[in-house]
Amino acid sequence: MAGAAAHDAHDDHKPTGWTRWVYSTNHKDIGTLYLIFAIIAGIIGGFLSVMMRWELAEPGIQIFHGLASIVYGYEGDAAIDGGKHMFNVFTTGHALIMIFFMVMPALIGGFANWMVPIMIGAPDMAFPRMNNISFWLLPPAFILLLISMFMPSAPGAYGVGGGWTIYPPLSTSGQPGPAMDFAILSLHIAGASSILGAINFITTIFNMRAPGMTLHKMPLFAWSVLITAFLLLLSLPVLAGAITMLLTDRNFGTAFFDPAGGGDPILFQHLFWFFGHPEVYILILPGFGIVSHIVSTFSRKPIFGYLGMAYAMVAIGAVGFVVWAHHMYTTGLSLDTQRYFVFATMVIAVPTGVKIFSWIATMWGGSISMRTPMLWAIGFIFLFTVGGVTGVQLANAGLDRALHDTYYVVAHFHYVLSLGAVFAIFAGWYYWFPKMFGYMYSPFIARTHFWVTFIGVNLIFFPQHFLGLAGMPRRYIDYPDAYAGWNLVSSYGSYISAVGVLIFLYGVFEAFSKKREAGANPWGEGATTLEWQLPSPPPYHQWEQLPKIK
Amino acid sequence: MSQTDQTRNEQTDRSNRRVAVACVAFFASMVGMAYAAVPLYEMFCQITGYGGTTQRVEQYSQTVLDRDIKVRFDANVSGGLPWDFKPVSRDVTLKIGETTQVSYSAKNTFSQPTSGRASFNVTPQMAGAYFMKVECFCFTDTELQPGEDMDMPVVFYVDPEIVNVPELKNIGTITLSYTFFPLDHAKPLESAAAPAGTNSNTDADTEFGG
Repeated sequence: MAGAAAHDAHDDHKPTGWTRWVYSTNHKDIGTLYLIFAIIAGIIGGFLSVMMRWELAEPGIQIFHGLASIVYGYEGDAAIDGGKHMFNVFTTGHALIMIFFMVMPALIGGFANWMVPIMIGAPDMAFPRMNNISFWLLPPAFILLLISMFMPSAPGAYGVGGGWTIYPPLSTSGQPGPAMDFAILSLHIAGASSILGAINFITTIFNMRAPGMTLHKMPLFAWSVLITAFLLLLSLPVLAGAITMLLTDRNFGTAFFDPAGGGDPILFQHLFWFFGHPEVYILILPGFGIVSHIVSTFSRKPIFGYLGMAYAMVAIGAVGFVVWAHHMYTTGLSLDTQRYFVFATMVIAVPTGVKIFSWIATMWGGSISMRTPMLWAIGFIFLFTVGGVTGVQLANAGLDRALHDTYYVVAHFHYVLSLGAVFAIFAGWYYWFPKMFGYMYSPFIARTHFWVTFIGVNLIFFPQHFLGLAGMPRRYIDYPDAYAGWNLVSSYGSYISAVGVLIFLYGVFEAFSKKREAGANPWGEGATTLEWQLPSPPPYHQWEQLPKIK
Repeated sequence: MSQTDQTRNEQTDRSNRRVAVACVAFFASMVGMAYAAVPLYEMFCQITGYGGTTQRVEQYSQTVLDRDIKVRFDANVSGGLPWDFKPVSRDVTLKIGETTQVSYSAKNTFSQPTSGRASFNVTPQMAGAYFMKVECFCFTDTELQPGEDMDMPVVFYVDPEIVNVPELKNIGTITLSYTFFPLDHAKPLESAAAPAGTNSNTDADTEFGG
């Protein structure tokens, strides 16, 4: 067998049955758990979004009054109001689930757990037991969020309908029922999980690199995870503090955000976005790392400008902390403050441009093979750039005043996240799937998945630019007839994307049932990072003899 | 496993723990920073007039400009405080720098003593830094007996510096807005009972989450 280095007979036994998973301290098993969790959460979050698109396909209220009476038992006219609130609950739930329970678990918990220790030549994470608790905090957090959707909130309504930003006073006096408390607790627990994960990654990457693996030789995915972990450590405590203040405002009579007691609701927005803006980089940076590996592998060239790529991510992370008020141009900032935030925000386009151009320069003159992961990675670069361009537009306070809270913003952040981060996740999935599970998927199904998803998501979100420019506000269940056309197109796009998800699931099922052996390195000489030196799937314990780094 | 391996493992463990402890300390200090943001933000508002926070001063203005500015007065009562609260005059036109006294009046229309606390700001919000109050009824708890009437004076001037600010030099009107909030411990029974009628959540439901 190939990985003899990792195959001392007495060490490769693994626990069996459910204890292997529930008591797991193995980074690969925990990574797999994270990936399964992310797929389940993604399906639930995706379901919510398809229901919203179904509702928005035509003007008027189509399905939510019916849904509300089925789920919450409303009767008569109450169902209309209940349905309206339920739509808001769906938008809120979709956002929170996709951010905290799909993208973060997939990229950080899933791929980073799986690949970072292998890539840096470490036998496991620094704190394997902490890794276990990081994962097992997530399901209860997710369950709390799901429960919150069925709890009373505003008078006569159920579920948190205040948007993922949970601004007071709508999240304090506006929704006095327990739904918001459940959601806050869910965020606390998910945040604790992420913080423990971040500490684990920082320690692992700083302390457990194989001899010779200096920081400046470390693969870019490990770099991206290191920076992401620092962003988490810096930003999540602020969210934790802010939502704890919300909780005490709601239940224990404090007045952090209540003007009646001398507080200010705007303070919450500052705290929230001090977390919220770095959070979007937390979602995308690991994707940057994955795409760098894939582009380099399938161009058969080392990545162009390695150090520039690494420090561009550092720069994005650092500048990401001083731009938060560009989410708040309409809250009465002075012109000078707005000027600063416009400038700082546009500065981020520079390191991001460095990354985009370095990917293109890596491909330039390379021996490109358009295998499935490369398809997804190039799709990522294209779509992320589209979202980046609208981001630079929205950075301008003057323009943002008109586009604030319209579908233009929705189109922008879905291009960078739903299309950017999610394409990076699928790129990583198809890149590492043979490594993680030892089987090769059907390239035909994987490519069909790509094209269906690519067409679907573009049909959803490109027309939303037009809707936003025409002034359609976000977070409403209904709209004037004038917006009907593009909304219908957008809804069809979402049905197509839903079919894409089914193709993805079928592809996974097909790969596991056909059991095509992938071999240690299915991608050829371009795949140079350490994980390709191990057999597929890697042994339960790897690098017992530490790899030598050139 | 050799002796050196074991010492290496112990060293790694120890330095792992060091990094983790540093991370946890960092985490704790960031939570602390989030809470520290509350008083810092308040200070920031008071100094810069952010959010229309007005300034407190002891002295009148030294200079008076030959330019008029109109100040409008707005009065609100929040959250079921049974008061009739209004400005005595809707607006006043004065010279920039000139000190003026205006007053609001509040009357308790309820059958029991009630108390409230006023919060306030000015719009445009940037004008907060140039709206100087010499005397006011800010953030003081006020109790009114049933039917009692109270006059609440505000003595203020508009800082002549305002004409040097690009965003504000052309404004002709500043609005001073006061809102009275009921004090929690003295909430009138009426307002405590009111939500129960309109709220379809039972009390048990709302208490359930704390």
